[in-house]
Amino acid sequence: MATTLKPSSLHPRDLGRTATVGLRTRKLRTALSALGIMIGIAAMVGVLGLSESSKSELLSQLDRLGTNLLTVEAGTGIGLGSGELPEEAAGMIAQIGPVETTTVVSAVAEAKVYRTDYIPEGQTGGISVQAVDLSLLETLAGSVEDGQWLDAATGAYPTTVLGSVAADRLGITEVTGTEQVWLGEQWFMVIGVLEEFELAPDLDRAAMVGLEAAGEYLDDDGVPTRILVRVDPDQVDAVMAVMAATANPENPEEVEVARPTDALEAKEAADDALTALFLGLGAVALLVGGVGIANVMVISVLERRSEIGLRRALGATKRHVASQFLGEALLLSGIGGVGGVLLGVAVTTGYAAIKGWNALIPPVAIVGGIGAALVIGAIAGLYPAIRAARMSPTDALRTAG
Amino acid sequence: MKAEPVLSLHNVTKEYPTTPVVRALQGVSFEVNSGELVAVVGPSGSGKSTLLHIMGTLDRPTSGEVTVAGHRISQLSDKDMSSLRAHHIGFVFQQFHLLSGYTALDNVADGLLYTGLPLGERRHLAEEALRRVGMGHRLDHVATKLSGGERQRVATARALIGNPSIVLADEPTGNLDTKSSDAIVELIEELNESGTTIVVITHNREIAEAFPRSVGLRDGRIEYDTSWSEVA
Repeated sequence: MATTLKPSSLHPRDLGRTATVGLRTRKLRTALSALGIMIGIAAMVGVLGLSESSKSELLSQLDRLGTNLLTVEAGTGIGLGSGELPEEAAGMIAQIGPVETTTVVSAVAEAKVYRTDYIPEGQTGGISVQAVDLSLLETLAGSVEDGQWLDAATGAYPTTVLGSVAADRLGITEVTGTEQVWLGEQWFMVIGVLEEFELAPDLDRAAMVGLEAAGEYLDDDGVPTRILVRVDPDQVDAVMAVMAATANPENPEEVEVARPTDALEAKEAADDALTALFLGLGAVALLVGGVGIANVMVISVLERRSEIGLRRALGATKRHVASQFLGEALLLSGIGGVGGVLLGVAVTTGYAAIKGWNALIPPVAIVGGIGAALVIGAIAGLYPAIRAARMSPTDALRTAG
Repeated sequence: MKAEPVLSLHNVTKEYPTTPVVRALQGVSFEVNSGELVAVVGPSGSGKSTLLHIMGTLDRPTSGEVTVAGHRISQLSDKDMSSLRAHHIGFVFQQFHLLSGYTALDNVADGLLYTGLPLGERRHLAEEALRRVGMGHRLDHVATKLSGGERQRVATARALIGNPSIVLADEPTGNLDTKSSDAIVELIEELNESGTTIVVITHNREIAEAFPRSVGLRDGRIEYDTSWSEVA
C-alpha cells in the first residue's frame, strides 16, 4: 500500500493568489504601507528626472549661446593699471587665426543716465553707459524686446538701446520713438530695449550707444574696456592660452580672459551637489518605508497564525508559507515602487512644463526605482516570512479564530 | 487476509518538554481501517488534541510509530509530511478555519491548493464536493455570510475534495447549536456510508455512541475501544 508520495506543490498562479490574500482583505493598511515606499521612490525618480531635465536644458542653452565666446577684460584692482586695454588690442586679437569676430565694448565712465535732467546727480540707478560695436547683439546671442538694435545710422547719432534692467529702472516699458533719456548731459533717444543677456548680465544694467556716437557726443576715446571674441569652437583653449599676451603684450598679467558659459556650467555643478543631497533624503524615506513594511508584515504574521496553521494542515510546506509572506511584502513594495515612479514622473513632467523644459526621465531612474523598492521589500519581508514558516502548525492551529 | 489499515498508531507517546514534563500520550496503539467511522472520545486534557495532531502528521510522536496510508512518519521529512497532508489527509476543525474574504467555492478549492492542481480544475471538484455536503446553492457566498452549520459543511467539503485516505474532524460540532450539530453528525454518517474513512474527535459521548466504533481516551491512555469486544 505504501505508494510513492507525490510532493506538495503550489501552482505559480496560486502563489500569486495567496500572496494577495492579506493585501485584499486589509486594503487601508496595504495602501498606507505602500505609501511609505512610494514617497521614497517618487523623491528619487523626481530628483533624477529634474536634474536630467535641467542638464538637458543647460546643454540646449549652451548650444544656442555657443561655448566659443571669450571675454577679454582689463583687470581692475590695486596695481593693475588703468582698467583699460591697449587701443590696438581688438585689432591684434583679430589677427589670431581661429578668431572669428571681435566686438569692442568701451565703458564711458564719466557719463551717467537719468530719466530727466531734473534728477539729482547722485541717483544714477547704477546704470552704466557703454559704447559698443554694432555686432554686440549678435555676438552675445541677445535679442530685442521692443524697438530695434543700433545700426550704422543710429549708432552715429545720440540714440541708445537699454538693457532690460536699465529700462526697468528708468521706467521705460515700451519704445514708442519719443522716449528720451538724459545721458551724459544731453538728450539721447531710446530706440530699443533688450531682453536679458544670458552671457553678460552686467550689460542688462547698461545704456548702450554706438562707438561712433560715443566719440562724437560723449568724448569717449573708444579704448576698449572689454572685447568679446567669437573663436573657432575647436580652438577655444588654444586661443585662450595666447589671448592675454596678444591683447596686451607689455602687461599680459593685467588682462583677464574668461569664458562666460563656464559660469553656467559651474551653476549646474552646484545643482549636482544639491541633487545628491535630495537623493540621500529619498533614500532615507525609502528606508523608513521599508521599516514600515517589515512592521506591517510582522503584525500580519501574528494576526494570521490560524491561517498559517490551516495552510500547513492543507499540505503547505514551510517554503510555501515563507514564499506567500515574502510575496506579499514584494507586492506591497512593488505597488509602492510603481506608484512612486508614476508620481516621480508626474512631478518631473509638471515642473519641467512650468519651467518650459523638456521633461527627461532617465530609464535608470525608472528601472532602478522599481528595483530598489523590490529589494527593500525582499529585505523587509524576509524575517516575517521565515518567522511564519518556522511557526509550528500545531501552535498555529491552537490559536482561536 | 486483512487489508493494511489506513492509519495505525503503535505504542505512541508524546511528551512536552515543559517543567514538569507533560505526558500527553502514554503508549497509545490503535488502527483505523479503510471505510471506518471512529469516534475518539474523552474529557478535556485527555490528550485528544495531541492525538489528532499526531494522526494528522502535524506533529511527531516522542516515541512509537505512526503509519498513514502506508507511510511511516518516522521515515518522512518535514516536507514529506506536508505532502502526506496535501494528498492523503483531510481536516475539519472546530473553528472551521475558512478564509473570510473567499467564497465557499474558493475555500473548498483551497483544499487541493498544495497539490499543484490548477484553479479551474480545483473549482470544478470543489463544486462537486459542495453538492455532496448539500451546499450546492451557496457556491458563491462569501464565507462570512454563512451560518455556523453552513460554514462547517463548507469546511467538510474542503476536507473531502481530494478524496483523502482519511478525514480527521476535531470537535466538528463544538461551535454549533444542537440542530446544526445533529445535521453535521448526519452528514458525517452519510459520507462514511459512501466510503470515506473518518475519525471524529469529540468530548461528547452522545455523538460517540452514535458511531459504529468509539475509542475512549483518558489521561493519555486508551480506556476502551468498542472494537475490542467485537474481537473478543
